[in-house]
Amino acid sequence: MIETFIFYMYATILVASAVMVISARNPVHSVLFLILCFFNAAGLFVLLGAEFLAMVLVVVYVGAVAVLFLFVVMMLDINLARAREGMMAYLPTGAVVGLVLLAELVVVFSNWGFAPHIAAEVQAPMAAYAHLTNTDALGHLLYTRYVYLFQISGLLLLVAMVGTILLTLRRRPGVRKQTIADQVARSSRSVEVRKVPTGGGV
Amino acid sequence: MTLDLVPVLPELLVVAAAVAVLMWGVFVQRDTTRDGFVIAIVAMVAAIVALGAIGGDRRLAFDGLFVLDRFAVFTKIMILLAAIFTASMSVDFLEREKIGRFEYPALVLFATLGMMLMVSSNSFLSLYLGLELQSLSLYVLAAYHRDSTRAVEAGLKYFVLGALASGLLLYGISLVYGFAGTTAFGPLAQLLGSGGATAKIGVIIGLVFVMAGLAFKISAVPFHMWTPDVYEGAPTPVTAFFSSAPKVAAMALFMRVLEGPFVHLFVEWRQVVVALSIASMVVGSFAAISQSNIKRLMAYSAIGHVGFALVGLAAGGAIGVQAVLVYLSIYLVMVVGTFAVILSMRRKGAMVERLDDLAGLGKTSPMLAFVMGVLMFSMAGIPPMAGFWGKFYVFMAAVQRGLWPLAIIGVLTSVVAAFYYLRIVKIMYFDEPVDGLDRVLGRPVALVMAVATVGVLALTFIPGPLLAGAKTAAMALFPAAG
Repeated sequence: MIETFIFYMYATILVASAVMVISARNPVHSVLFLILCFFNAAGLFVLLGAEFLAMVLVVVYVGAVAVLFLFVVMMLDINLARAREGMMAYLPTGAVVGLVLLAELVVVFSNWGFAPHIAAEVQAPMAAYAHLTNTDALGHLLYTRYVYLFQISGLLLLVAMVGTILLTLRRRPGVRKQTIADQVARSSRSVEVRKVPTGGGV
Repeated sequence: MTLDLVPVLPELLVVAAAVAVLMWGVFVQRDTTRDGFVIAIVAMVAAIVALGAIGGDRRLAFDGLFVLDRFAVFTKIMILLAAIFTASMSVDFLEREKIGRFEYPALVLFATLGMMLMVSSNSFLSLYLGLELQSLSLYVLAAYHRDSTRAVEAGLKYFVLGALASGLLLYGISLVYGFAGTTAFGPLAQLLGSGGATAKIGVIIGLVFVMAGLAFKISAVPFHMWTPDVYEGAPTPVTAFFSSAPKVAAMALFMRVLEGPFVHLFVEWRQVVVALSIASMVVGSFAAISQSNIKRLMAYSAIGHVGFALVGLAAGGAIGVQAVLVYLSIYLVMVVGTFAVILSMRRKGAMVERLDDLAGLGKTSPMLAFVMGVLMFSMAGIPPMAGFWGKFYVFMAAVQRGLWPLAIIGVLTSVVAAFYYLRIVKIMYFDEPVDGLDRVLGRPVALVMAVATVGVLALTFIPGPLLAGAKTAAMALFPAAG
């Protein structure tokens, strides 16, 4: 009972905020609604018992991607009035494409079915890990059977990092940068505290 | 589960060297490009020694994700040799152009590592990760000279199209996984051999996508669009690297995938390989005729050579694989030598790369012209040069397996291709000399040139050891037959 209630709560908020993402006038509001979307989707994953996915969704999408979006949206000066120009001209074509997609989805889902033996495998894909939480189970697999792939993925990220630095880092002379060591090393004598009389100036 | 690290010892050496190069470059406060190259080359030589010591019977590692067999050993040695030669040619170039940075040898090592993992992959997961490791390093290398618009354009084009190809490959892999239920090569071969008829059509569609993704990496027509621009735009030593080691690695991967998990779909994939092969041979031969830039010419030449190598793959079986390996080894020697010549084409200190710049080379620098002449005759496949034997073996394999038309098209297109190779010889020896090229020749470049020339001549007169090596390597892919 309570489960059903929570599901509908998350689902309703999810769909509503998804609608708001595309209909909000202010792009910053859109991004904020997107974050709300992600949180609700994460809630749905928890209900499904996929708590690892829920965590990843929050950490990766809310923590990194959405914040990045927010930065981009705030830094770019997007003229919404211009973006909405020609809305009426594109509407018929867009509506037709949307209807075709909808019809196809209906056709697909009205004939949807799993092979009989799949149904058994969906619930416990790895019998040996059935008693673990799925974060545990993923860890067990990732660091034992797939440690090779895990390590190569690490190397891939290293190459990506090296490549980014190689292609973008420029050492320019005369740039004023913050040197934390210098700041910390300043002695107390370089700062003087004075009593300034009101209206007197230094 | 114990971890058997012996089969991956060569890879571990390369990784350790790459990380060492990065650390050395970061912590030593001076230009460490040259040190980096020394570390890289020493590590790669050590990897070859390790391969020789371990090599031999088929060994699996990491729960069957990684396989080391004679095929992998053979191709890895080819890849490492190509990487060593092209890396040693890069040092002088980078120093003269003043673009030396320590990341270059590190990226070469990472790319080489990716290729070694590719040819040793025994599952689609390890295949994909190895391929990406290689590609990502190569994208960066293509754009390495970031102040040159052409290099950046080359890097960007390569990256965008490469990402698309990876997408196709992954889509194919996911289809295969979806319909077969496994990504491991062994079980997949068993499954397809036992005739899982219901799943077959899905697997075939997946196979076609996988082949399209891999065809991009070997730049087979119609997935070759990036090749001329990237070859022209990238710094010349990078182009030399591109046209040697990655081609071998991707071809080897192609063979491992088609003759491994998909060996029972031979009839299906053969049509695709034949189509790729014919298109590559034709485009490689005809499009190269109108080129005036030697790096672009080499790009089309590479496309053509891939087409010829694919003839052997289309023949299939151990005999086809052997022919492809022989072809690739000979191609490797020729292409490395040719790029050594291209790298020494400078006039008044600046690189020149037009065909006309070679005019009269026979009079101004006879040795260089002789080397280039030998290599061009070999590339064209004029008997009795090594290049001829490479083509001979792939065409013979095709004929033996009943692919007469393919062999005939191959012979015809190689006649067309001979035109532009021989035109270079004509320009060098019979055209009026322009200002001579600079006579300074870096020691490594001269060494590579000498090795390549001797290599081509050696393979011309004593091809025996290569043939035998390629044969044992090819047999390793067919454990049942051997």
